[in-house]
Amino acid sequence: MCDGCEKKMEQGFSEKEADLSRLDPVFREYEGKAGSVISILQKAQDLYGYLSLDVLRTIADRTGVKRAKVYGIATFYTQFRLKPVGRHIILQCQGTACHVNGSKAVSSALCEELGISPGDTTEDGMFTLEDVACLGCCSLAPVIMIDGEAYGKLTPDSARQIVRDIYKKEKEGANHEA
Amino acid sequence: MKLRIGLGSCGIASGGKKVMELLKKETAHQGIKIEIESAGCIGMCFYEPILDLIDGDEIYTYGNVTEAIAEEIITSHVVNGKPLEHYIISSSKKPNPLMEKQVRIALKNCGHIDPEDIDAYLTNDGYMGLKKILDTMTPEQVIEEIKTSGLRGRGGAGFPTWFKWNAARQSKGDIKYIVCNADEGDPGAFMDRSVLEGDPHAVLEGMAISGYAIGANEGIIYVRAEYPLAIERLEIAIEQAVSRNMLGSNIMGSGFNFSIRIKKGAGAFVCGEETALIASLEGERGMPRLKPPFPAQSGYFAKPTNINNVETFANVPWIMLNGGSEYAALGTEKSKGTKVFALAGKIKNGGLVEVPMGMPLREVIYDIGGGIKADKQFKAVQMGGPSGGCIPAALLDTPVDYESITKTGAIMGSGGMVVMDEDTCMVDMARFFLDFTCKESCGKCIYCRIGTKRMLEILERICDGKGQETDLEELEELALSVKDGSLCGLGQTAPNPVLTTLKYFKDEYIAHIKDKKCPAKSCKNLLTYTIDAESCIGCGLCSRKCPVAAISGEKKQAHTIDGGKCIKCGKCLEVCKFKAVRLD
Ligand SMILES: Cc1cc2nc3c(=O)[nH]c(=O)nc-3n(C[C@H](O)[C@H](O)[C@H](O)COP(=O)(O)O)c2cc1C
Ligand code: FES
Repeated sequence: MCDGCEKKMEQGFSEKEADLSRLDPVFREYEGKAGSVISILQKAQDLYGYLSLDVLRTIADRTGVKRAKVYGIATFYTQFRLKPVGRHIILQCQGTACHVNGSKAVSSALCEELGISPGDTTEDGMFTLEDVACLGCCSLAPVIMIDGEAYGKLTPDSARQIVRDIYKKEKEGANHEA
Repeated sequence: MKLRIGLGSCGIASGGKKVMELLKKETAHQGIKIEIESAGCIGMCFYEPILDLIDGDEIYTYGNVTEAIAEEIITSHVVNGKPLEHYIISSSKKPNPLMEKQVRIALKNCGHIDPEDIDAYLTNDGYMGLKKILDTMTPEQVIEEIKTSGLRGRGGAGFPTWFKWNAARQSKGDIKYIVCNADEGDPGAFMDRSVLEGDPHAVLEGMAISGYAIGANEGIIYVRAEYPLAIERLEIAIEQAVSRNMLGSNIMGSGFNFSIRIKKGAGAFVCGEETALIASLEGERGMPRLKPPFPAQSGYFAKPTNINNVETFANVPWIMLNGGSEYAALGTEKSKGTKVFALAGKIKNGGLVEVPMGMPLREVIYDIGGGIKADKQFKAVQMGGPSGGCIPAALLDTPVDYESITKTGAIMGSGGMVVMDEDTCMVDMARFFLDFTCKESCGKCIYCRIGTKRMLEILERICDGKGQETDLEELEELALSVKDGSLCGLGQTAPNPVLTTLKYFKDEYIAHIKDKKCPAKSCKNLLTYTIDAESCIGCGLCSRKCPVAAISGEKKQAHTIDGGKCIKCGKCLEVCKFKAVRLD
């Protein structure tokens, strides 16, 4: 990779200052263990919600794995995100069973409701919408999962309602704090 | 008396936790002393949340339990001893017919025991298979027993398990590994998830037995990250097994050491392929490599490694305890034992079933699965996921065994069965799978990377109504080249969904290309919405709901849709109360 390419690639990242020392315990846990890059990336993403350029660089430097390789791994697996995410992550299943049972309609209802397409985050940082291949709850298709909890047998309207309910709860919480 | 509630992912998604909370609160409130425990998925997912009431030898199973029903159950059954017959879906006296046709080996404990309690597993012969072989058998005898059982890999290819174990045993080296493939990538299948969530110890025991047989002391479970509950239950199970010395060093005083750890996948379908899985375990990009050498010769960090699927391992303890010939007594000549299937799609009774190999598809889908939702017309069943194919109604009497299914052009795969009815467009299904494989191709082989893309483009064109007559020929030609030009199973089998739909549903392709019509009324661009002037009373609801103002008309007069503006969202059809909107 030449300097120009590296610059261009770096511009693709979303930058926010991160406290890199939070990674220290992770490095300690995997010290000397070969083949741990994926596990380290997973832990880093758990900590920061996504993988920033700084985080990727630090992981490369601390593990001694080449930067290009760390980037290669981070972009190979769909789990890793290079952009910050919203407070709630909505995984909408696009697996076979859900497809056959109308996941397309649910998906467009969600996109419409949130005003974003899959892969994006709402402007207020509340929701990130992502496509996934199967959540393993196929007998309840169509299914979405929000923050690890699965919702099944959805219709476009019930999916909208779920999102609205979360919004409402968030607002109430905010008012409560204020 | 004891209450047991199904808390697999499906049970939780259906509201099982809320019912559990209510039961705890209500019983505490009323001062009723009763044990309330959780279990995994029993397989009747369409009945979730499911509540078992265990009264001595009697088990009453309640289905679709809401909080209100749970309250009723407490008042009537728990307090007054009066079962609520109309909510009961199965009881010891009147077992559910769905369960009667099944033979449960891999699923024997699923839904019946608390997966987070090792004692529940131990009282159901848990770790007895391991104890038996450690006490009385040599590794060679274990492999011989597996050979007698005829067990074949449940991960897709159906390779004889004994052969792989033997190869790994014969390989030189003092460090060897066992890997459990729990990547379950087929979208629309959930057998492995249910086994891991419902009976994690069975998988651990199977792995330990395999470790003893090949001479390995370490096992790794590669689980997909989309299964958080399965991971949590595995973690608990491993900890408990170690504390009881069912895993760890000098297991049950035998001198055999075996430890197991979990590695979370990071989302890549190709990592289900064994060499890619090993690359991923080693922390690399999950790219498959050429075989040989096979993992049994050179696997994880170049050491001999035996990889099996979750369900394969879950069968092993039973075989060791009951004997290989007992297992081989089930099934067909070449496909022994039982197979777990995940029924999903347009089927009434979606869920998990375990049946002896050789049962005709019709029996699985109609007698156990209850047939098609809303009693529509069956069109096809998709088996084997993105590597498999669609089996049409004419072949419904095909027995489920490896050879017969392969003959149809589909594959047994890992056990996903997605049922499709008259409303499913087969061209769209082919497009759907190609879209999947195209995205999931790791990019190593050109045919797999670009060939699937070109196939996808053709299929998209056909679904959009822009198909040409030469497309089908080109599609078939590309399909065969992709099969030939790919290194791993992903590319080699990616064309199967296209080839089988071309074989059995060519008329649908032709309708799309020649008549520009989608017979299943599913491909958006081939649909036209019109308003039937006779039925329309001019209420104006559709015109108000239309997002692009394509509908016009005077009040109380028949309305019309402007085809040029219409985006075919279907809103008018959805809102019309007079069935005046027509779809062609
Ligand atoms: C693209 C691809 C994906 C696969 N995905 C899985 C999977 O998700 N789970 C699985 O057990 N086997 C999967 N396999 C099969 C494995 O390569 C391997 O055959 C299997 O894990 C061996 O275990 P078994 O002998 O017990 O079936 C896949 C194969 C290919 C080519
Ligand atoms: S296909 Fe959607 S959960 Fe499996």
